[in-house]
Amino acid sequence: MTHKKQFDSPPRRVALFVTCMVDMLYPEVGMATVELLERHGVEVVFPAEQTCCGQPAFNSGFWEEARPLARRFVDIFEPLVRQKQVDAVVAPSGSCTTMTSHFYQLLLENEPAYRERAAFLGAATFELTEFLVDVLGVTDVGARFDGRLTYHACCHLLRELGIDRQPRALLDAVEGADLVAMTGADECCGFGGLFAIKNGGISTAMGQRKAQNIAKSDADAVALCDVSCMTHINGLLSREGQRCRAVHIAQVLTNQVDVAARPASDEVAPESKAAPRRWQDDKVKG
Amino acid sequence: MTTSTIDLTLPYKTRVQDALGNKHLRTALDRSTGRMAGQRVAAMTAVDGQLLRDQVRQMKEHVIRNLPDLLEELERTITANGGHVHWAKEGVDVQRLVVEIARKANVQKVVKAKSMATEEVHLNQALQSAGMKVVETDLGEYIIQLAGEPPSHIVAPVIHRRVEEIAEVFQRELDMPPTLDPQVICSVARGALRKEFLSADMGISGCNFAIAETGTCCIVTNEGNGRMSSTLPRVYVVVMGIEKLVPTVEDAFLQYQALCRSATGQQCSVYLSMTNGPRRPGDTDGPEEFHVILLDNGRVDMLAKEYGEALCCLRCGACLNVCPVYREIGGHAYGSTYSGPIGAVISPSIHLEVTDVDKLPYASSLCGACREACPAKIDLPRMLLELRRDVVEEGDAPLFDRQSMQAFSFAMGSRGRYEAAGKLGSLGSNVFAGMSGGNIKFMPGPLAAWTSSRDFPPLAKRSFREQWKERQRGRKSIGEGKKEE
Ligand code: SF4
Repeated sequence: MTHKKQFDSPPRRVALFVTCMVDMLYPEVGMATVELLERHGVEVVFPAEQTCCGQPAFNSGFWEEARPLARRFVDIFEPLVRQKQVDAVVAPSGSCTTMTSHFYQLLLENEPAYRERAAFLGAATFELTEFLVDVLGVTDVGARFDGRLTYHACCHLLRELGIDRQPRALLDAVEGADLVAMTGADECCGFGGLFAIKNGGISTAMGQRKAQNIAKSDADAVALCDVSCMTHINGLLSREGQRCRAVHIAQVLTNQVDVAARPASDEVAPESKAAPRRWQDDKVKG
Repeated sequence: MTTSTIDLTLPYKTRVQDALGNKHLRTALDRSTGRMAGQRVAAMTAVDGQLLRDQVRQMKEHVIRNLPDLLEELERTITANGGHVHWAKEGVDVQRLVVEIARKANVQKVVKAKSMATEEVHLNQALQSAGMKVVETDLGEYIIQLAGEPPSHIVAPVIHRRVEEIAEVFQRELDMPPTLDPQVICSVARGALRKEFLSADMGISGCNFAIAETGTCCIVTNEGNGRMSSTLPRVYVVVMGIEKLVPTVEDAFLQYQALCRSATGQQCSVYLSMTNGPRRPGDTDGPEEFHVILLDNGRVDMLAKEYGEALCCLRCGACLNVCPVYREIGGHAYGSTYSGPIGAVISPSIHLEVTDVDKLPYASSLCGACREACPAKIDLPRMLLELRRDVVEEGDAPLFDRQSMQAFSFAMGSRGRYEAAGKLGSLGSNVFAGMSGGNIKFMPGPLAAWTSSRDFPPLAKRSFREQWKERQRGRKSIGEGKKEE
């Protein structure tokens, strides 16, 4: 476990580790992250060399294939922190933050130099909500959400990084949001990387249980901190024709989520009412 | 039973499919795992659960570090108390030893208290082939023995059956009148078992923990069958894994406390039976002969590799109860004596014959709920990751996985290739998605495992990096440009 970097003065500039999934699938989450950081006086730098941290390979046992990506990641981000060009690295993902700040220690066990650099970098790498709440001391970002909102605690975020209070505090402060509890909010949605393919049946069963709990919560949207779990949950909700959608917390905090009127009780729920914008009409936010 | 019994030797895929398709199994699991997990949380928060777990972990680490010395101490104390200690390298050694002891003492009938170690070495089958009658006396074990099934949970062997199915077995095997009343079912079992206890020549049990300083073997039960097995027959045999020992009496109660709270959510079990040795002159009960068999069966090798941490396990079953995978498929789908997260971790190392044992480390989403529940704080997800690495290093990973991971690593290894792959993916996925109204409903090959039950979104038409570049045009940034190789 790495010890997090302490700041004497408020950080002014951070490097964004956008993660490959956000980059390719959900650019609006990346933009929302930038907006949140800039709004609180933090300049954002985007090292364009970044690709993927290597988690899919590491997670499925292909450590040999994951190592070059880990070294590459360290080579890109560590000098920025070491040379004080940025004060920290921020990622809108609990899972990718876990990979780079915890699992690199295991992956690079036999490469002491890289391992030490990865530890140094890991201490300065923060998940978005952790950075907002613990480092910047912000909980109310001035967001508004008119509807019922629930929270799903992603596994790596909760149990590897121990982050739970921070996203909940941010959601608590969202004006107009009717926060509802969900049964099994801290239970895995069944994604698990390649697990979702290799053990598709089990993964689906877990996801269906999650989808049931979401339906029971009667929320308009489920906020969470990882787009991987979001993809899985939405994949199920969409297939089942449920109205509710999972959305990244940064989207909620930047008012990116539209909530349409709830259907009258006897009406069949129309699909995708509470979807984030892109999910609905594929409009890209510039 | 009306529902088909799961065949443990079938391929992993089939075992899982059977489990997922078995409605009764899933109802049974749903009823029990959640309740057991809830009881554990209540019992662990009633005390300083964190402190308890820390203390247990410290104690177990001490045990693992000093295993050879402590085992020798245990051998000395048991022998001094008049018991016999035997060392079994493999499962077959246990079979041979127990059959020998039984033959010498002219044993016809054996009663057994619940024990995973004897399940691991298939002791019942060996004794039966040697012509002896073996009766399981733990209620759950008794039920599955009647039904001809292996246990599916470390502490709740019949967790995979609903009460309706259990009643059916009793009606068929014991002529019980039709009822679902647990009281009646229990009393029928009690009546049948009482006769077996009184006529048995040998009792066999596992060992929840043995105390090195006193040579005491302890078994934790709620039905009293353990005590009857250890005191009524002439001969009593304990089979224990070499890791199941604690240094002192004080440590025993630490483990006892953690075990009860984690396994069943009890403050303490109904019975704690402690055997120090055979009956002494003047004792009113107890066995004439007392044997302890110390079983290795791959445990020493676990220590040598990086999986020694798994020897801290108390076999409480808490990790099974909280595991979202176990909850969906139950124990038999793992195909091993040991199921759930701890089963997936130790089955490849313990000398068991498990079909598709390579698949077990992958039977986890790595959600970490097991580690959070474990009273010995065993880092099960880390070991699952390392076991996956071993599978790949030993060349046992499927070809498709290997090729796709190599392609993935290559594509992600340079910015140019990454961006090209992104462009291609965006084009392709949007065509696919366009055909099915926004989301991808079908993907080819192994990826169909996703889309058969879940939609997938198309890649963004313009990636984050493209949007960022546009936004930064005219702005000066240290991240852009400077870092280019
Ligand atoms: S690994 Fe931990 S939780 Fe699982 S059975 Fe062993 S002691 Fe209990």
